[in-house]
Order: sequence, then structure tokens, then C-alpha cells
Amino acid sequence: MVAGMTGFLVRRLVQSLVMLVLLSFVIFWLMALMPGDPIDLLMATNPDVTSADAARLKALAGLDRPIWERYLDWAGAALSGNFGYSRLYSIPVLDVILPRLGATLILLGISTALALAIAIPVGVMAARRPHGLFDYVVNLGCFAGISVPPFWLGILLILLFAVTLGWLPAGGMGRPDMPLGQRAVYLILPILTLTLLSVGGFTRFLRAAMLEALRQDHIRTARAKGLSEARIAWDHALRNALLPLITVLGLSFGGLFSGALITETVFAFPGMGKLIYDAILASDYNLAMLSLMLATLVTLAGNFLADLAYVAIDPRVSYSDGADA
Amino acid sequence: MRLGVFGSWAAVLALGTCLSLPASLSQAQAQAQAQAKRLVIGVSQYPTNFHPLFDAHVTRSYINGMTRRPLTTYNADWKLICMLCVELPDLGKGTAEDVITPSGKEGRALTYRIDPQARWGDGVPITSKDVLFTWEIGRRNETGVTNFELFRRIEDVRIVDDKTFTLVVDERTCEYQGMNDLEILPAHIEAEAASDPANYRNRSLYERDTTNKGLWAGPYLVKSTQPGASVLLERNPQWWGRSPEFDEIEIRAVENTAALMANLLSGDIDMIAGEVGLTLDQALSFEERAKDRFTFVYTPGLIYEHIDLNLDNPVLQDVRVRRALLHAIDREALSQRLFAGRQPPAHGNVNPQDEVFFQDVPRYAYDPERAKALLGEAGFRPGPGGVRQNGDGEPLRLEFLTTAGNKTRELVQQVLQSMWSQVGIQVQLRAEPPRVFFGETLNKRSFQAMAMFAWISSPRNIPWTTLHSSMIPSEANGWGGQNYPGYASAEMDEILDRLKFECEPARNQALWNRLQTLYAQDLPALPLYFRSNADILPPWLKGLRPTGHMEPSTLWVEEWSRQDG
Repeated sequence: MVAGMTGFLVRRLVQSLVMLVLLSFVIFWLMALMPGDPIDLLMATNPDVTSADAARLKALAGLDRPIWERYLDWAGAALSGNFGYSRLYSIPVLDVILPRLGATLILLGISTALALAIAIPVGVMAARRPHGLFDYVVNLGCFAGISVPPFWLGILLILLFAVTLGWLPAGGMGRPDMPLGQRAVYLILPILTLTLLSVGGFTRFLRAAMLEALRQDHIRTARAKGLSEARIAWDHALRNALLPLITVLGLSFGGLFSGALITETVFAFPGMGKLIYDAILASDYNLAMLSLMLATLVTLAGNFLADLAYVAIDPRVSYSDGADA
Repeated sequence: MRLGVFGSWAAVLALGTCLSLPASLSQAQAQAQAQAKRLVIGVSQYPTNFHPLFDAHVTRSYINGMTRRPLTTYNADWKLICMLCVELPDLGKGTAEDVITPSGKEGRALTYRIDPQARWGDGVPITSKDVLFTWEIGRRNETGVTNFELFRRIEDVRIVDDKTFTLVVDERTCEYQGMNDLEILPAHIEAEAASDPANYRNRSLYERDTTNKGLWAGPYLVKSTQPGASVLLERNPQWWGRSPEFDEIEIRAVENTAALMANLLSGDIDMIAGEVGLTLDQALSFEERAKDRFTFVYTPGLIYEHIDLNLDNPVLQDVRVRRALLHAIDREALSQRLFAGRQPPAHGNVNPQDEVFFQDVPRYAYDPERAKALLGEAGFRPGPGGVRQNGDGEPLRLEFLTTAGNKTRELVQQVLQSMWSQVGIQVQLRAEPPRVFFGETLNKRSFQAMAMFAWISSPRNIPWTTLHSSMIPSEANGWGGQNYPGYASAEMDEILDRLKFECEPARNQALWNRLQTLYAQDLPALPLYFRSNADILPPWLKGLRPTGHMEPSTLWVEEWSRQDG
């Protein structure tokens, strides 16, 4: 068992490393292939910037060198822990990313936790009484949450809570000199938006998994033994229903680090989503590469943790004899 | 029990909401008091960097208008004035004289005297040594300043005394007095970072220690920054000019314009900057809803929206076709219907507010019959489906390209397409992302017929790079230049070459008149309009005067005041 698990860990580590290297090259190459450059944009709209200026600026940024040469330079430096400076912000890349990462983790971490906290009990209750009134209401709410565009929902909440009611700020992060409690108020609307957008999907997923789990033979046995419906649902069925949800969570783990571009833009809450978007548009290779590599790494780690969670939750799952989940 | 668990979750959420409300309400009360001394300005972009010599960013320029002073600038009346200097150098007063430069060129020595009271935010006086330092760092190729051409033109800087210096420039041009882009840096703060020119940009304290008082020399200092979100300015105790009204000014970036408007309606921001805020159509739409609450100020500016015509296209090589294209579009109606008359038609590439504007420039009124006649003369007769065709039966079909994602431009495209169809020109619309449009298509002149975009310029800006025949991008010249139509006129070349150096006012104006006349006659581009900026202000804010050109209104922030009632 231990040998099987060790083999599994080693295999997954090697796979992850290979995936990281491959993706790093693909991302770099795709960015390098993008037509135009902010320098071209500058020259094209401002006649005072000459073509000699543009050529000089490109040479200084190393953009006149072959892609593979630039990639190897970046990779070599990154492996030694030097992630370079941001072309856009002119400060070390880590100094740009860390504050944004913190903001993103707060936003997405809290909203994901809230969404799960709502989705799990609601999904279980809806599955316990399928096609009932509660189930219909829940399904309606879920479809609304899945269908509504993030920018529309965000603006709507701003109009309601900030403009009409005046209860909450319309956006931003609050001033640095504000007490923490006052700054926390700025989190309410973006977190509410993200929660409403994701709770529908989680709820539908869990409801479907619960319905499947409640049809299993062991559940019939549990009923025959006289266990209450509540206990059957929470202690027996839910555990089986969690497995697919864990898969989804593992895949969306990377999202915790890559941010929510539209919500961040609507609420002027700068996080990783906006950062990655701006970095790519500005051809800021150092910033874009580290941000995307971080998101990739976390996605791989999330999948890995999901695989480990399977073993913890379902004793039937085993990684011995070269088996992978 | 599970319901109890669920119920307790609901209670936690409700409790959290209730607890937050008093916090937000008391916050609003505290803010109401503080707002009397603070102004919050909404902008649609956050500046990516703060150094005045690297890159060009409108928001940074807007903020720098409050935290720095340029040597010279154009004011709201489009006159060149001194800001940091005492008097503009003048050939008649001996503060400018013709010299031979160190490289042997016929140049000019310009002597400026810095305001005796001018000092950096840490109290250190601004001196000639700062000018010398700036020039030395800017002229190094490896430093990578954006406007290297400016530093290349200055061949020498001579210190006369602490406050007086002389710049030796390599040309004897008419517009010799202005040094608007020479942003002086504090030598005592930046010298250490500048000791490594290749890495200066990354080591500069403008990025690493933005709140350092010694970096700034305007009515305000940078108090704090929240990257991506906001910049907070505070009153500069070392400011030597008129004391500004507000103790603090916060510039808050909200990139989503709908959210920006909502922030204004909710009172989270006080105003939206015209230089970097809403587009005109957004402002017009917003005005319909909020005109009772805010003051809307529209200022036509120097952003020249036009359609470049690719003169390699055989159809467009005939000037009659180009004139027909302009006669066929009702630009006045376009201005009225799409822009409520706030963006009047342009008749050339020179703004009517510019003092070199030629009043009698040939104008093309909306005249579809004239357009049809011109097309007929050019050999395009009415054909099947209302589309004109030439003698070989080829339809008159042109592609019209612009930047994707710009709603205003896409709307204008559709309107113009409809107008051209009335005279028998079939126009196919296309849009490309800006990176492709500017980086590949325009640059390599690979647009089939028409490309709509805007030029940014400055008062009395000689359109050398956009109209001189040597500035046509080609493979031979490494795709340099911005003469995207491929316009080549010996007379225009001569005018452009002479304009820089023909300084006698009457002869200079005659050249400008001829340039504008030739442009209107030859039509390498179709003039559309000069874009307007929309400042959306609270009724109590007085004294803000938009300039209409690229210098920001914030350069006169000390004239802004709060007048309630």
C-alpha cells in the first residue's frame, strides 16, 4: 500500500513537472506570436514617436531576439529564483503579484467557501425532496446563477446597494488608512457577486450526485434498518456524493489564484484576473509567465489534492499497482 | 439538527450583514465631513508607472499635472507659457541665440531661468543641476526613455548659475521656445538609481518609493498608492504657488465605465475626469439621466478622428473618388445624431482652435449629387443592385476597417456604410483588435482601402511623419514612418520641410494655409471630427478648465475650488 502510494506520488510529481515545462513554453510562444506590441500601439497613435524610437525601445526590451532565445533566458532566470521585473510596472514581478494574489485569495477564497456552505445543505435538501416546491425553487435559483452574466450582476448589485440604498460602497478597496472593519465593507459586494455566480453550479452538481447516491442499494438497506432520512442523507449518501464535487473543486482550485477578471474590473478590486489580462495585453512576459505558471501549478496541485481526498473519503479507491484515480 | 446547522449559517450571514451596516453608515458620516477637504476623481485607467520619462500614459500625465510642473506647457488658451521657468527664451531679448553646436550643426542656445521659489517636495531647491542630470540620463540610449528624440536634439546643457541654464539644440526651428516634454528629475533623489542607466527604469524611486516627497514638485505630493486601485495625493507644504483648495485628492481607477458612472451616482467619487473617463456617447447618455445632479463640460480636443485611404488601391488613386467619398457623407448629421453636436466635423488635420488653422480651408459639404457626378466622371456608372461599376464591370467595392471593441467607431462605420451605399459605393465593414490593427495592418499598410482611427497631437504640430513622402512605411525602410496612406506630393514635402524653419509669421502662416489647402484638395485621409472630452463635475466644483489638448487640466489644480450653494 505504502509502496503503491509512493509510486503514485512520484508519478504525479513527474507528470506535473513535465506539464509545467511544456505549458511554460506554449504560453511564452503564444504570447510572442501575438501581433503588435504596446510600442507599436504608441507609435501608431502618436506621431511624435518615431520609428527609430520604436526600434530602440524594442531592442532594449529584447523583443528583437528569437523567441526560443528569450524563453531560455526567462526559464534559466526563473529556475534560479529570479523572476525579473515587470515591463508594465517597472518593479520586481513578485512585488506586483503578491498584493494582487492576497486580494484574489480573499475574494475567491471567501466566496468559494460561502458558495459551498450554501450549496451543500441546499443541494442535500433539494435531493431529499426531488420535484417538490423547494426543489423547483432551488433549481430556478441555480439556473439564474449559472446564466446571469457577471458584469450585469455586479452592476445590478452596485445600483441596488450603493446607488439606490446607499448601504455599501460602489467599489474599490477602501483607503489604506481605514480601520480593517471599514475596509471589509468593500468586500461585501464583490464576494456576494462571486458567491451568487458559483453557488448555482455547485448546488446543481451536488443535487445530481445526491440523487444518484440515494438510489444505491446500501441506502435502501439503511432505510430498512430504520435510520432517519436525515441521517441517511447526511451520514451515508453525502459522502458518496462528495466525490464528484471534489473533482470539480480540484479543477477549479486554480481559479482561486487566477482571479475573476470581470468582477474585479466592475468593482475596481485589482486581483490576479485583471493582472494576468493586463500583462498579456502589454506583452509583459515576466509578469504574465509567473502569473500563469502560478495558476497552472495550483491547478495541478488542486487535482493532486482531489486525488488524495478520494482515498480519504472512499476506501475503495487505491493507487497501488500503478492505478491512477 | 441539519436545519439547525443551516439555520445557524443563515444567522451568521444575517448577523454579519447587520454588523456591517452601522460600520458603513458611520463611515459615510465620517466621510461626509472629510469630503469637504477631499476630492475624489474617477478615472477609467490606473497608471502603470509614475516615472515621467518612460512610456506615455494619460492617467499618469493627469496625476503628474498635480504633482509636478513642466518647464513649459500650453495653457487652456493654447498659448505656450512658462510653468517652471520664469520667461520663455526669445531671440529678440537675447535669451535665445543662434550658435554652432558641438557636433557642428547650425543650432540654437536657449536660456531658461527656473522659478527662484521652485523646490522639490522635501524642500531641496530645483536647480540647473537637476536639468543637467535629467539630460545626462535621458540621452543615454540604454536608459530607454520614450522620447529619446528630444534628448538627442539637445546637444549640450550649460549651467549658468543655480537657477539658470542654457540648452543647445541642433536645429533653428520656429517652435524653439517650448520644452514641454523635458520633465526635470530630482538629481539628489535619483542619482543613485541612475548610476546604472541600463537598469535605471527598474531602480528608479518613482516606482520603488513613489511616496518619496523629493520626487514631486507640484501643489500635491503622492501620499499613498494602491496599485491598480487608487492614488492618494496630499497638499505639498513646499508648494510655492497659490494654495490649493483641497487637502487631499484621491484618483480612483474604475475601468468598467458603467461601474464608474455608478460610483459617481453613489457619491463614492465626486467627478469623472474628461481626459481619462467616459467616451462622449457614454457621457451624453449619462447626461440624460443625471443632468440635474452634475455639470457636464464638453471640450473638443486634439484627437483627430479620420479615415486613412490606402493610395495604393487603384480605385482610390483617383482624387475624384476620394472627394466623392467625402461629399457622400453627412458629417454634420453624424455629429448631431450620434454626438448631439458636441463633435463638430473636421475639415482637415488642423484643429480650429489651433492658431495656425486656416479659416478658408476648402470644405466638403454633404452633397450626394456631387458625389455621384464625381464618381461618374471617374468612370463608375450605376450598376446592378445600386452598386456602381467601372468600364470592366468591376463593382465599386471598398473595405472599411477600424479597431474592434470600440462601440462608437463600429456605429460610425455602419452609418457611413449606409451613406456611401446611397451613392452606389458598396462598403464592407471589418474590425480588428487594436494590437493587430496598429501593430500589423496599419504598420505594413495592408488595409485594402479605408482605415479609421485617431491621431493624438499638440498645438502647431507639424504633420511631418504622417504626410511626408519619406515617412511611407515600407520593407525598405523597416516599416518606419506613419504616412499610412502612402501620400507622396512634392509640394507637400517642400511645405513640411520649410515649415519648421520659416519663422516670419506671415510666411509661416502662408505655409500652414497652403498645407491645409493641399490636404483638403488631395485628401489622403477623410477628416471626420476632433474628439471631445467630457468632464462630469459636481455643481460645487469651480475653476476647472479643460484644455482641449494633451496637457491635462490638472496643471492648474490650484485654481479649483469648492463653492457650495
